[in-house]
Amino acid sequence: MYEHLETAENPADLKRVVVDPVSRVEGHGKVTLLLDENNRVKQARLHIVEFRGFEKFIQGRPYWELPVLVQRLCGICPVSHHLAAAKAIDQLVGVDPANLTSAADKLRRLLHFGQVLQSHALHFFHLSSPDLLFGFESDIGKRNIVAVLAEHPDIGLQGVKLRKYGQEVIRMVSGKRVHGTGAIAGGMNKALSRDERDYLLQDIDQIIAWSVAAVALVKKVHTANLPYYDEFATVPSNYLGLVKPSGALELYHGGIRAKDRNGATLVDHFDYCQYTDLIREEVRSWTYMKFPYLTSIGQADGWYRVGPLARVNNCDVIDTSLAEAARVDFKQHRGGGAVMVHSTLAFHWARLIEVLHCAESIAVLLNDPDLLSPDLVVKGEKRYEGIGVIEAPRGTLFHHYQVDDDDIVIKANLIVSTTSNNTAMNESVRQVAAEYLSGRELTEPLLNNLEVAIRAYDPCLSCATHAVGKMPLQLELLDADGQLLDRLVRHGDGAFEHARS
Amino acid sequence: MTGILSIDGQTIPFEDGQTVIEAASAAGVYIPHLCHKPGYTPHGSCKLCTVKVNGRNCSACTFPAADGQTVINNSAELQHDRRRITQMLFVEGNHLCPSCEKTGHCDLQGVAYHLNMLDNHFPHFYPQREVDASHPDILIDHNRCIFCNLCVRASQQKDGKQVFAIAGRGINKRLIVNSPSGKLKDSDIHVDDQAAHVCPTGAILIKRTGYQVPIGQRRYDHQPISEVALAEAGSHDR
Repeated sequence: MYEHLETAENPADLKRVVVDPVSRVEGHGKVTLLLDENNRVKQARLHIVEFRGFEKFIQGRPYWELPVLVQRLCGICPVSHHLAAAKAIDQLVGVDPANLTSAADKLRRLLHFGQVLQSHALHFFHLSSPDLLFGFESDIGKRNIVAVLAEHPDIGLQGVKLRKYGQEVIRMVSGKRVHGTGAIAGGMNKALSRDERDYLLQDIDQIIAWSVAAVALVKKVHTANLPYYDEFATVPSNYLGLVKPSGALELYHGGIRAKDRNGATLVDHFDYCQYTDLIREEVRSWTYMKFPYLTSIGQADGWYRVGPLARVNNCDVIDTSLAEAARVDFKQHRGGGAVMVHSTLAFHWARLIEVLHCAESIAVLLNDPDLLSPDLVVKGEKRYEGIGVIEAPRGTLFHHYQVDDDDIVIKANLIVSTTSNNTAMNESVRQVAAEYLSGRELTEPLLNNLEVAIRAYDPCLSCATHAVGKMPLQLELLDADGQLLDRLVRHGDGAFEHARS
Repeated sequence: MTGILSIDGQTIPFEDGQTVIEAASAAGVYIPHLCHKPGYTPHGSCKLCTVKVNGRNCSACTFPAADGQTVINNSAELQHDRRRITQMLFVEGNHLCPSCEKTGHCDLQGVAYHLNMLDNHFPHFYPQREVDASHPDILIDHNRCIFCNLCVRASQQKDGKQVFAIAGRGINKRLIVNSPSGKLKDSDIHVDDQAAHVCPTGAILIKRTGYQVPIGQRRYDHQPISEVALAEAGSHDR
């Protein structure tokens, strides 16, 4: 809809405004705007500017290192990478998901519910709640978790504690809050002890209660600002994600379902091992992040969104009662007729519905005696190719490996969630630039609107390019001749420097 | 015959034929080491166990204990030198502890913790070294070899074979495999050989066993290397 703003016809004649890097996201990216003499936006792009190359340097390593090695892609959702790789190397030892022991399957699911819970809590409370609670163009000094803790201490503390609980689930299962071990080829390396299980059980009712409150909070924020929240950065799109065989929301293992913008099913229960028949990736010269699309629709219109909004849109039901009630409420917030919710800011709402689902699911699993079972590992016949797909917090995550006779990785392909959202994020950036910024004098609070749009996707730019991020911020305003008119720098220590030419 | 020596002011007995490190271990005094292992002939190559005996630097693993010796082990100067030696070992290879399957079991890592090594101090060499995964059950990751010679000694002295040797000198030093192709698959090593299990780092590994021991149950998760080494020396003596 806003594709015409991807590439301006006469870039040399335009002013350039840069938001570099985009803050309160994982990793390093920047936004560039090209403006004409009347500040009308002629080009808007989200660039991912760093490169890590995990796919290359894991070649030559033994396959059993993969779950521990590739989880270092990310400090926020390492468990998702760990488990996607584990699902892939299960296949290398001849084990398909249905053949895992019940204990291993449930321990992995528990681990992943902990991961999604902590990642979503981090994103909503630490990164995005300042925008939602104080306003997109509020004083920059307030747009951080410290200000949330000061002005809304109950909300801030609940966010911190929700995240901590998710991390504790991860620690109990994998030995560490970040970058532990746990999943090995064909299963898991330990069960929960009774003490560990009881430790997690003691707080789970409180976690569910806080999750219910979080859903109520985001609903209140969203519906209080209708129709603005339904329209800001909103781009009708296709959606893709895993679902259970029943069509219910699924985060660990299932078939791929894709729906179009009208809610019509494009593919359903698609075997993810055949994903190369479903998806292709396009490369563009101005960013390190690729642009995946559904092959059947084609490059121009085949882009899709993944993540909480896609999952909640795609699924028929959620198999935990409180989250299901929240899903129904969410889908009906614009009246009964809306099949798909396209609002980009509704990512936040869907994300917190998933937080509630994770909390309820953790409660169910903690009462399952299989978690204590020592029956943890199975093995089959060696294979040479393994594919693992999982619903990471930010969306569908693909890991694909090939090994040689000596168990050494010879080929790797990773499609991370944020990559799938690349076109959508760019489209949202262009929408905000065109509808909210174009023709106005740009200020830092105004530019934050661009970041709000990107933040809704909870992008992990580190994962997407496999790059390390830094968080200083620099804004430059150049005139048509490329002369610097205005420059605003936020240093790593938070200090601001304003240099007007 | 027995005698008495002092180590860091503590008087300890020794038996005839014991080295300084053997006498110290028997008395419950840990001297950091990597190439020394109870039950193996001393090699004296890693120099971590350097102590001052009557004012002179000696390798405790090769130097015989003698009556009346005054041994300095735990001085700031010696610990500093040991830390530098360990830092050199780290930068000369490619030791990526966060993803290494030997993490938590690794003697090099354990010694680095014991010596309070907080950084590498020296610039990394980033050498280009190979992984030999040709054997069906055993893998050599040359990136992690510290040339301690334990696999060489294990193969010769425990397994009655000649699978490994150290070739080259200085920066060109490398572990080689005694086979026509130079690959482990063409050697006569067996997965049950002691040479396949003796590596103090993650250079020689049993395939497909990595990460099976959960965090919290690994060799050095609850006890520092100083305690583990003394306990193992004690069990060997018995």
